[in-house]
Amino acid sequence: MAMKTLLKNKTTRTNGITYLVVIAVFAVMQVLNGAGLLGSSVKGYLVPICVYISLAVSLNLLVGICGELSLGHAGFMGIGAFSGIVIAALLQDTIPNDVMRLLCAMVGGGILAGVVGFLIGIPVLRLRGDYLAIVTLAFGEIMKNIVGNLYAGIDAQGFHMAISTSKMKLGEGGKYIINGPLGATGVQKLATFTMGFVLVLFTLFVVQNLVNSKEGRAIKAVRDNRIAAESVGINVTAFRMKAFVVSAFLAGMAGALFGLNYSSVTASKFNFNTSINILVFVVLGGMGNILGSVISATVLYVLPEAMRGLQDYRMILYAVVLIVVMLCTWSPKFKEKLSIVSEKIKSLFWGLFKKKEAGTNE
Amino acid sequence: MNEYSKKMLKVPTYTLLREQDKDKQPVLDVRNLGIDFGGLTAVDGFNITIGPTEISGLIGPNGAGKTTIFNLLTGVYQPTRGSVLINGIDIKGMPTHKVNKLGIARTFQNIRLFTDMTALDNVKVGMHNGIKCSFASSVLHLPSYYRSEKQANEMAMELLDFMSLTDVADQKAGSLPYGVQRRLEIVRALATNPSIILLDEPAAGMNPSETTELMHQIRRIRDTFQIAIFLIEHDMNLVMNVCEAIAVVNYGRIITKGTPDEVRQNPAVIEAYLGREEGKTDAEN
Repeated sequence: MAMKTLLKNKTTRTNGITYLVVIAVFAVMQVLNGAGLLGSSVKGYLVPICVYISLAVSLNLLVGICGELSLGHAGFMGIGAFSGIVIAALLQDTIPNDVMRLLCAMVGGGILAGVVGFLIGIPVLRLRGDYLAIVTLAFGEIMKNIVGNLYAGIDAQGFHMAISTSKMKLGEGGKYIINGPLGATGVQKLATFTMGFVLVLFTLFVVQNLVNSKEGRAIKAVRDNRIAAESVGINVTAFRMKAFVVSAFLAGMAGALFGLNYSSVTASKFNFNTSINILVFVVLGGMGNILGSVISATVLYVLPEAMRGLQDYRMILYAVVLIVVMLCTWSPKFKEKLSIVSEKIKSLFWGLFKKKEAGTNE
Repeated sequence: MNEYSKKMLKVPTYTLLREQDKDKQPVLDVRNLGIDFGGLTAVDGFNITIGPTEISGLIGPNGAGKTTIFNLLTGVYQPTRGSVLINGIDIKGMPTHKVNKLGIARTFQNIRLFTDMTALDNVKVGMHNGIKCSFASSVLHLPSYYRSEKQANEMAMELLDFMSLTDVADQKAGSLPYGVQRRLEIVRALATNPSIILLDEPAAGMNPSETTELMHQIRRIRDTFQIAIFLIEHDMNLVMNVCEAIAVVNYGRIITKGTPDEVRQNPAVIEAYLGREEGKTDAEN
């Protein structure tokens, strides 16, 4: 009975479906992996897919739910990646357990990204519309350039950090963690598919819970009608800030996992293109549609990778796919057909479910 | 006569407080309010006192500055002159969301609902500050989240029921008929637990039977919640029947205040609405 009332609630149902899809895909991939059916290239995609799903879902909170266009999401990802790498390197001796160290790095990267998000949010969230997009775009570029000139290392005296080579003086036996334009090298690969899965679940948990709470309602209210939201006692700036910081925090966590998945990472990885890619995942998945972000992030990440065999033509095909999807989702005729199909699938699914329930009642 | 009244034209010196409001602090006390937009004086020397359970109306020809006054009362605009006291507290310099917390809620002339959200969620957004649930609890869905959500749901359904909107609770606010949207906006305003509610043309776009129902509902809101209501309306039938006191503005100034009967017979009002003309005696109806 409780299950029935739970299922009646539409939002709980959609959330449940999202979790189910993610868990099912993870289980299938684990089984395939265990059976040795996954090629090494496919294995290599698993962690980045999880990272991009988390990034897409967190950006969806900002763009879809809060209605603010941000073009600097890769900046937060970069902050998370490099701070995560530094934290993981510093904790190498203190925490021998890889999983614990990775967790610390992710949480640390997330917190730092969140703090930076808060700081730039103070001036940025006074702006609206195009201005916010421009400022976040600039932020992403600034972050990329700062990190690209950052030197960090450890020696006997402890941790050193500087913004130019001349100021960076490492003692005997010192080791660079981040070496300016060369990026982070010799990173210990801590990231695992399981942690990626946990990150995706965590991101979904935070975003979906937030959306279905009073905070989420306030955020949506700010998006729908700022003046009306103010008139019912909602502090518009505070809620835009909450969405911005939570989104940055989650992006930082995903970034940390991303950084710790490669033996070397350069700052140029977190450029404008990456920000736009994440935004494309969100837009194609549907604004405010969490499951849509998950699916489109997966498909659109795999697509160009899978088309590597086509070499020069793959980005053209990628663009064609994007255009076709956009045209299809805009076309009322296509939408109609899609809804018929989805209704059929739904009725099939519910039919099965009801039969099962009837069976248990007997 | 106090110092604020000097600038005003013929305004009765008595207040129109209801018997039960006589000794109580007025819920809204506006003194010599004025705002200039550049060189244009949109509102000037606006004074009004509204008792805790009074229904008052604000009428005047188009462009008289009525909505501007509402925007001043709710902190959307900052006044150039004068002061607004809500429950005795000056709203000077406060942002709109803080002014709302003092106990003033409003509806809008051009409906401003959260169109992509359900009617129920619209009301729950209105209850935002009344829901006791921390940010952490919201994110983690702790037991206090479920408790507060359940409470909020019940209260919101009760409020919807009060304006006979139970049937549309699950529908998107943007898809509702015009008259229903207006009523939903009133419910959302009520959900903020105000001590005065400002209605900006609540009957606009409603048919006569809807308007009649609205009249009953406005009275019922006052009687049930014991709050003050201040409304702008062009439908004179509604204004004259529902309001206990009426202020008439033209060119941003009050031209008269009084009971419906006094206002109806006031030559200044007739002039404002119909212009100066020999032989005209009746303003409306």
